[in-house]
Amino acid sequence: MSIKVEGLTKVYSTQKAIDNISFEAMEGQITGLVGPNGAGKSTTMKILTASLTADGGEAYVGGLNVSDDEMKVKSMVGYLPESNPLYPTMYVKEFLTFIAKIHKLKNASQRIDEVIESVGLTKEKHKKISSLSKGYRQRVGIAQAIIHDPKVLILDEPISGLDPNQIQEIRQLILKLKKNKTIIFSSHILQEVESICDKIIILNDGHIVADDELSHLQKDYSQAIVIEIELLKSMSKNVFQDIDPTINFVKSEGNHYIIEVGSGEDIREAIFDRVVADNNKILSMAMQKKNLENLFKSVTKV
Amino acid sequence: MRSIFIKELNTFFSSLTGYISIVIFLLLTGLFLWVFSDTSIINYNYASLGQLFTIAPLVFMFLIPAITMSSFSDEKQRGTLELLVTKPLTDWDIVAGKYLAALALAIIALIPTLIYYWSIVQLGSPKGNIDTGAVIGSYIGLIFLAGIFTSAGIFLSSITSNQIVAFILTAFVCFILFWAFDFLSQTPLFFGKMDNFVKGLGIEFHYDNISKGRIDTRDIFYFVSMIGMFLWLTIVSLDKRKW
Repeated sequence: MSIKVEGLTKVYSTQKAIDNISFEAMEGQITGLVGPNGAGKSTTMKILTASLTADGGEAYVGGLNVSDDEMKVKSMVGYLPESNPLYPTMYVKEFLTFIAKIHKLKNASQRIDEVIESVGLTKEKHKKISSLSKGYRQRVGIAQAIIHDPKVLILDEPISGLDPNQIQEIRQLILKLKKNKTIIFSSHILQEVESICDKIIILNDGHIVADDELSHLQKDYSQAIVIEIELLKSMSKNVFQDIDPTINFVKSEGNHYIIEVGSGEDIREAIFDRVVADNNKILSMAMQKKNLENLFKSVTKV
Repeated sequence: MRSIFIKELNTFFSSLTGYISIVIFLLLTGLFLWVFSDTSIINYNYASLGQLFTIAPLVFMFLIPAITMSSFSDEKQRGTLELLVTKPLTDWDIVAGKYLAALALAIIALIPTLIYYWSIVQLGSPKGNIDTGAVIGSYIGLIFLAGIFTSAGIFLSSITSNQIVAFILTAFVCFILFWAFDFLSQTPLFFGKMDNFVKGLGIEFHYDNISKGRIDTRDIFYFVSMIGMFLWLTIVSLDKRKW
């Protein structure tokens, strides 16, 4: 039960929301779809859930073409839309019963109780949706997506706008669901994705700019280091370049520099000596391992 | 379809929409029929329910748009339509479920008016002196009329996310469908055969026919095809979201 997308394109009037993208998401893995707002994440997800029709390319869910087997695909996908739309006048249990009926679940009431418990809504099940806090509404949204135990789970920004505790809880919940399911998870915040996903696809402006297992990406970028320096007086950038030719300036603003050392060598001592030799003073200097955040910034040009 | 139907009916009766619709319908028809002296059956001197079937379409003209206005526009505005269309439901399931629930509410509002029929049966001289055939025909006509108004309301609610716009458009379209063709046929613009053709496009012509207690397949065909047309247009309008 995997997801496969081949050359998918969607055009809104004249603007290409996604342009010829291809990727795969495997069972038992959480695939993170990351990118700045407007990168095409939601559009991709909407096509996978058959609520939008692609202008080009094919999307397969569990081996079935989404546009040919719309109904079958819909019944095996659980989807949490970005804004988490719910009926505010309904009660939690009433709403989940409605969704269970749509899926024609056999032992519906038992399954509803199971899901309510697994998402942690037991105390809230007799409350009106309009009276729930955002975190609890998000759980109701996840509950409706998983009620029929779908093989494929598509979650569009499931943890945006939640407080840190709620994020932690929802994260645990998603990790719990991971087994035997293909999960696609979107976010515009990289840390969220880094903490939960096995595979990351970075989208920018409708194109895929990175697509790899998280562990590979982390390995590739684990070598490089980033040094942040603040000096008393500004200096020519060439001074640093002389120390190590693999230096790449990420940012240099006045007397504030962020430099990336491709070789991974710790050149802080050399920098210190050089700065002192120039009669300048270091106000601060910090070294970091290059992380995905920097990769994200560089590929999405933020 | 059943799940949508039940959900819609629950929504009507868990908010005030359902109760208000029924009470207002009965209040208005009751007032016209029994209290206001110009239209009261008591002053009419004939044991006839004719007044009810003249007033009911007018009340429906405002009431049905109020019932249907939120049908799709509300779902669009709240984004819940996206939830529905990604569930294993066909567009037809969604449209038919919503349509039948709204129509059911209109029919539920009609049921208590059977008391009016019973009252007239009792008041007739001799007792029971009423044209029952015409009453049955009129009820069937009224249900079909509500059927067209509802289908138009569902369609117009599907083209906007603003409930007020849906209400006004539906009331306007119901008005046009019911009366405008009759007025139009009376203008010197149309004469001879055209006259009848234009008249036949409106609901009133067919409603009057069926109210006489004569159930003609041509009238039934008109009602069914109008309902079918609006529901089909709703499906088309829903399908547009995909593009």
